[in-house]
Amino acid sequence: MPSKTKYNLPDERGKYGKYGGRYVPETLITPLLELESTYLKLRDDPDFIAELNSLHHEYSGRPTPLTFAENLTKYFNRAKIYLKREDLCHTGAHKINNALGQILLAQKLGKKRIIAETGAGQHGVAAATACAKFGMECAVYMGEVDMGRQSLNVFRMQLLGAEVIPVKSGSRTLKDATNEAIRDWVTNCSTTHYIIGSVVGPHPYPMIVRDFQSVIGIETKEQIVKAEGRKPNYIVACVGGGNAIGIFYPFINDDVKLIGIEAAGFGIDTDKHCASLTLGREGIFHGMKTYLLQKNDGQVSEVHSISAGLDYPGVGPEHSYLKDKNLVNYFSVTDDEAIEATKLISQTEGIIPALETAHAFAYLEKLLPGTSKDEIVIVNVSGRGDKDLNTIREKLEL
Amino acid sequence: MSLTSDYIKNKNGNGEKVLSIFLTAGFPDKQSFTKLALDVLNAGADLLEIGFPFSDPLADGPIIQQSSQAAIENGVTLDDVFIYVKEISNQTDKPVIMMGYANPVLNFGMERFAKRAKASGAAGVIIPDVPIEEYDNFFENHFSGLDVILLVTPTTPNERIKLIDEKSRGFVYCVSVSGTTGMRKEAKSNIEFVERVRTHISKNKMLVGFGISTPDDVESYKPYCDGVIVGSAVIKSLMNENGSYNETLELIRKLKALLLAGSHE
Repeated sequence: MPSKTKYNLPDERGKYGKYGGRYVPETLITPLLELESTYLKLRDDPDFIAELNSLHHEYSGRPTPLTFAENLTKYFNRAKIYLKREDLCHTGAHKINNALGQILLAQKLGKKRIIAETGAGQHGVAAATACAKFGMECAVYMGEVDMGRQSLNVFRMQLLGAEVIPVKSGSRTLKDATNEAIRDWVTNCSTTHYIIGSVVGPHPYPMIVRDFQSVIGIETKEQIVKAEGRKPNYIVACVGGGNAIGIFYPFINDDVKLIGIEAAGFGIDTDKHCASLTLGREGIFHGMKTYLLQKNDGQVSEVHSISAGLDYPGVGPEHSYLKDKNLVNYFSVTDDEAIEATKLISQTEGIIPALETAHAFAYLEKLLPGTSKDEIVIVNVSGRGDKDLNTIREKLEL
Repeated sequence: MSLTSDYIKNKNGNGEKVLSIFLTAGFPDKQSFTKLALDVLNAGADLLEIGFPFSDPLADGPIIQQSSQAAIENGVTLDDVFIYVKEISNQTDKPVIMMGYANPVLNFGMERFAKRAKASGAAGVIIPDVPIEEYDNFFENHFSGLDVILLVTPTTPNERIKLIDEKSRGFVYCVSVSGTTGMRKEAKSNIEFVERVRTHISKNKMLVGFGISTPDDVESYKPYCDGVIVGSAVIKSLMNENGSYNETLELIRKLKALLLAGSHE
């Protein structure tokens, strides 16, 4: 596949084809340029790499296992299914990979205060954790709706010493929390580093978060080659929070089918979904050009997913590029399908996945029947489901 | 050739500094907005910045966020904004500038937007989330004949101020604080920064905005700039329940009086 072997993005202007870039108020340009030049120096610095690797190993418990899902494989009776266990990371999700990388970066930048946005609360918890460990002040912006449905994570952040700032504007979810975090950064950028939790925002954030999350894919590649002597046929991940890019990116030049799953909410034939890549169109939002769910007059849509972490009208600009180039295929699953998958995975494998992750699992119902027994599918288990128990219980009325 | 810069030069030539007033299109009332804008001009505003609303205005503080949200809820679209601009510019020689975020423009179609803006009589545009890095892609092809006003902020280094001055048409918008729009309790004027900008621009006139709300603010910046921009203070005044309309016009009269030739410095 010649198009894959040439893959080397973003370009020097932070673009993935026509997507990405740096659409922000002038105040933020200088901090973004500083962040970029500091990061590009550190990226290849052996001391920085060693420090981050040591944190991964000693603090967050990496490498995470690649688990053969024997029962789930039997259930479908087709391709072999392996699970990359990011749910076993310290704090319960892949988010810590990025938070630790960025906290080291913040220290090199000489910043004393950290801000973050959070949807499901997992990124907020990871940022609060990293701040506690490194003695930094931490403020996390979170939509009021999300504070309700992820109340346990609100308490976790507070216990870790972070201030959780409720966001009452707009849909009171991840989009609005991100707006407020950016406004805080515009105001306090001389003292504050903004740890964006996903592969979104202005350049260099989508690149930095991707690079820090790529540890998932790098480990996966080693582990599957060790277990099976070859690369997988398929990798499935939910599109949200950088876990998908993290596992896809190291495989981007390989002959592996990469599948990203978006949240279809109540269904893509309703207006209550978050399927930005499936139904959005080119827009400029949160500092990036990307696929965006928007109304006729260019106002950003109010979107819905049962999963707070996927409840976002945009998507990382690299995903937009990968979709247009057919390097990754994107599909969507509904709230109900995700809930069914949560039940299935809990009861077959003894793993309660996060509702975000459950979207990836739900797609197995569509993917597996078309596979054969000599094929291999890897699912990225981006996080564990403890934070979602209230939502799941309400839905299942157990 | 720039209507905006000619207008500012002319005023400055008479020893006068200009007052630019920001209004959110269709706020507080969709039906009577054109009348409000004309009354604001008659009260002494030299330039008018008409904000077209966006759901996620990153550079704005709570007051303009609220007015923007209210305008969206009032059903204000870009088509309405072009009608306002046309009605206003038909009745004044003062520059009418359209201000808003990149996404509604991209969504409307950049070429189509520029054509409609020109046909409506707009003098220029301010799009705060399109920095000079994205300037060529966004503006180069379609926006000739319109002023494209760029911003400098306290975080902008000197060399970059020069680049921005080079690209900007109409004036340079000098953002006096690192932060969002709006009134500040501890208003500390940032004269040092404004002077730094002054020494690094050569092509354009310079107007100071963000956080300017009181006669004191205007007086402190007046000697160092070619004019001032007031937004949130006007919007806030329009939000007051009782008799706010006339008080708003009175505020504008008061601010303009301070900028006239011979007024106390």
